[in-house]
Amino acid sequence: MTAPALARALDLITRVRGVRGAMVVSRSDGLVVAEQLMEGIKGTAVAALASSLAGRLQRAMVSAGLGPSQFWHLQCDHGALLVVSAGSEAGLLLVAVTEADVNVGLVRLELLRAAETAP
Amino acid sequence: MSDDVKTLSAQLASDPQSLVFLRLGELLRQKRQFDAATRVAQHGLERHPHLADAHDLLARIRADAHDYEHAFDEWDMTLRIAPQHTGALKGLAFLYFKIGDLAQAESHLQAARDAAPDDPTIEQAFAVIRGEAGATLAPATAAPQPAVSPPAASPEPPYVGERRSDSVAALPDERIFAGLEGAQEGLLLLDAAGLVLGGALKTPEGKDVTDTVAAYLAGVSQESARAARLLDLGSWRGLSAEGQGGHVYLVQPTPESLLLLMRDRSLPLGRLGLLAQRAAQVARQWLERQR
Repeated sequence: MTAPALARALDLITRVRGVRGAMVVSRSDGLVVAEQLMEGIKGTAVAALASSLAGRLQRAMVSAGLGPSQFWHLQCDHGALLVVSAGSEAGLLLVAVTEADVNVGLVRLELLRAAETAP
Repeated sequence: MSDDVKTLSAQLASDPQSLVFLRLGELLRQKRQFDAATRVAQHGLERHPHLADAHDLLARIRADAHDYEHAFDEWDMTLRIAPQHTGALKGLAFLYFKIGDLAQAESHLQAARDAAPDDPTIEQAFAVIRGEAGATLAPATAAPQPAVSPPAASPEPPYVGERRSDSVAALPDERIFAGLEGAQEGLLLLDAAGLVLGGALKTPEGKDVTDTVAAYLAGVSQESARAARLLDLGSWRGLSAEGQGGHVYLVQPTPESLLLLMRDRSLPLGRLGLLAQRAAQVARQWLERQR
């Protein structure tokens, strides 16, 4: 994914009301590839944890015969973390950090749409 | 088709708005023609969506067909419409009894007794729950099921003698989720180390993957909590994931445990979340009793 493509993908996500930030993360090592985050969000740490969680869920779901995880959603008291797989052979993760009252369905759609733009 | 069914069907056909569907549905249920009974009840509910007895009828059909999740939903709806409905109160008491939640079972029976103090079946049900009927009740005949179960259902009467309030802790692990949909193939309760406390998971092909999945999920609680803390999002309440062949939903019944619910894609993720919360409540009560 080129830098302009990454920026466009993040734009799609962060323009949804209630989204505090979005990141593109390398699935294999949990490093941030690109980000558009509000001030105060610890992007590098969240990226590492998102990658690790994605790996655990992926292995669990494949073992359970459900196939690779395409989307996951961590619900918290004051917001949420939403993640989709993107890129060739799902080498990237698109991550959105949201407030509690966000339209999760809309963020999910924008994440999936952004993921489709990834090569 | 029996004459009664024919007669009632004819009456319903001539007057689709009438309440004769209640009698017809009940008759079909007693004859254990559950598909036909369900159709009659559902058609009746389409015309009378706020009729408590119609929801109660559908709940009894569901329960007799061992579809306890939907039975619970229908009795729950019945009580929202008619909070004193004794049939629904006894029905829910039966379902709570089945999953070993004797406190809730007694609470619902007490509410039923308050609403219908002369109903002798309620006292029979209390006796069963308290173990007064004896621990050696034979399956179908000796267990006074009608009081706490939908008539003719008698799904697992051998439990009657085991589920005394002072011996719940002795329930076998696999019965933690007894009565919940998919308890032995799509529900899993783990401790903090990823060790299995109850339930089981199977692939769509029927292969048991309980231990494998449990091992992969060890540490999910801690990582979810850390992610939530780093983002100032408070505590995490649930983690859902969509796969190509199905969904999973993870919740924490207690800080030291993790519950996984897995279903195919036919069940919407939102409903899966509701089921997971219900299973978590059952698991939480079970875990508290183990202490």
